[in-house]
Amino acid sequence: MADSTTLDIRQITGRMVLDGASHVGRLSFFVLDMLRGLSEVRIWWPRMMIEAWNIGAGSLFIVLLISAFAGAVTALQTGYQFTGSIPYYVVGTLVVSSIILELGPVLTALILAGRIGARYAAELGTMRVTEQIDALESLGRSPASHLVIPRVLAGLIMIPALTVLANLSGIMSGWLSVKAVLPVTDADFIYGAQYYWRPWDAWYSVIKAFFFAGSITIISCYMGFNTQQGAEGVGRSTTTAVVTSSVLILMLDTVLSRLLLNQ
Amino acid sequence: MIELRGVVKRFGKQVVLNGVDFEVREGETVALMGPSGCGKSVLLKHIIGLIHPDEGTIVVDGKNVMELKRKELSELRSRIGYVFQNGALFDSMNVFENVRLGITDQDKYSDLDYVRGRIAECIRLVNLPADTIDKFPAQLSGGMRKRVGIARAIAGSPKYLLYDEPTSGLDPVNADIIDDLVQRLDDELGVTSVMVTHDVRGAFRVADRLALLSDGKIVIQGTPQEFRGSKNEKVREFLERDFDNPSFAA
Repeated sequence: MADSTTLDIRQITGRMVLDGASHVGRLSFFVLDMLRGLSEVRIWWPRMMIEAWNIGAGSLFIVLLISAFAGAVTALQTGYQFTGSIPYYVVGTLVVSSIILELGPVLTALILAGRIGARYAAELGTMRVTEQIDALESLGRSPASHLVIPRVLAGLIMIPALTVLANLSGIMSGWLSVKAVLPVTDADFIYGAQYYWRPWDAWYSVIKAFFFAGSITIISCYMGFNTQQGAEGVGRSTTTAVVTSSVLILMLDTVLSRLLLNQ
Repeated sequence: MIELRGVVKRFGKQVVLNGVDFEVREGETVALMGPSGCGKSVLLKHIIGLIHPDEGTIVVDGKNVMELKRKELSELRSRIGYVFQNGALFDSMNVFENVRLGITDQDKYSDLDYVRGRIAECIRLVNLPADTIDKFPAQLSGGMRKRVGIARAIAGSPKYLLYDEPTSGLDPVNADIIDDLVQRLDDELGVTSVMVTHDVRGAFRVADRLALLSDGKIVIQGTPQEFRGSKNEKVREFLERDFDNPSFAA
């Protein structure tokens, strides 16, 4: 019994390692295909503009809404914890730093992993199972330049842009919330915001958003592209794309904090 | 000419093609028949390089498909029109844009006057109304989608046409219309065609030669007369269901 259990664990581990290696290999070829397709600018440029508009216009409201709530909650909890113990202007410092360094980019990325990542994986997965991707290939056209590059580049442009807007929305909302419940003046808040402000923080926020955008778009396109077995497969690809890119976002968040902040 | 020699394809432990030898001569129409799930579509996808064989060689237009580089394969594909089973039309594009993608010559693809003329011609060839070009695939019936798929396949003036079950899922009247269309296109355009089908009656109407794929191998490949006269058990079994059909009587 013990032997068979050991064997099972070995088999499962072995299969997982092989599956992982296979995904890494296929993902590398997928990215290589994308890089090759970059030369076909006249194919991907118009499609990229459409995708960028779809991401921006379609996600703006939800991104602003969620970051506004995040900013308000951060401000209110900071006020609750520090009232009477430290100067009120520190609330401005904490709200701005929390939003720009962490909440803005991470929350935006997680929302978009659900919204954009799921959409890309489902769209490409459906195209795969209905042979639309095969049809493109059969016409001698590159699926990378027609389908993948426009989506990835649109994400790389729009997700950082949405993150900047989410940061502004979160800060404004935090500012208004803290003014509503604490005796903090505009001058206090601005003083606190500026006191520990480093321009690098804004760059860090955008750089993180750029990496998150890459993980959302590439993973979801890759999952969609490798969909198998009909509607069930599309569902599986979509779930896997969202879960994988969400986990990757949190991993990248940790790695980038270490690399870019703790020098 | 299309020539497959000793083609073997496995999916996991399942052997789908087990040493297939198959050939299509210039200008002829060959119907590839066989029961559902026997690997007909898989074989067709090998011809255009969408699936790679585990063993064997595939030669199309004098070129070994397996040895072609990316660009050469793309060039070869531009000489082959592929009609997918369910049309495989792009949902997000209207019929005009779908058919336009079939124009594989980039200079012609960019020339809007040429594109408009060519698309109108292809739409006429497949007997669709001219106003179909503005519609999206979701607004078309199954038969119309298949015909748009054919229009897209012929838009690039291909030398070879590969049809994957062009009449499956259609009622007999629409199936006959598609069969007539295939025959007419072969006559008018002079292309070399392979038609995968399990519609025996349609295959006998359209094809110059027929082949039967069963258990991963080509059981027989010959003219309709040779096919009818075959004593092979699998051929008899496959044809039996259509024996009463007058168009099929020996």
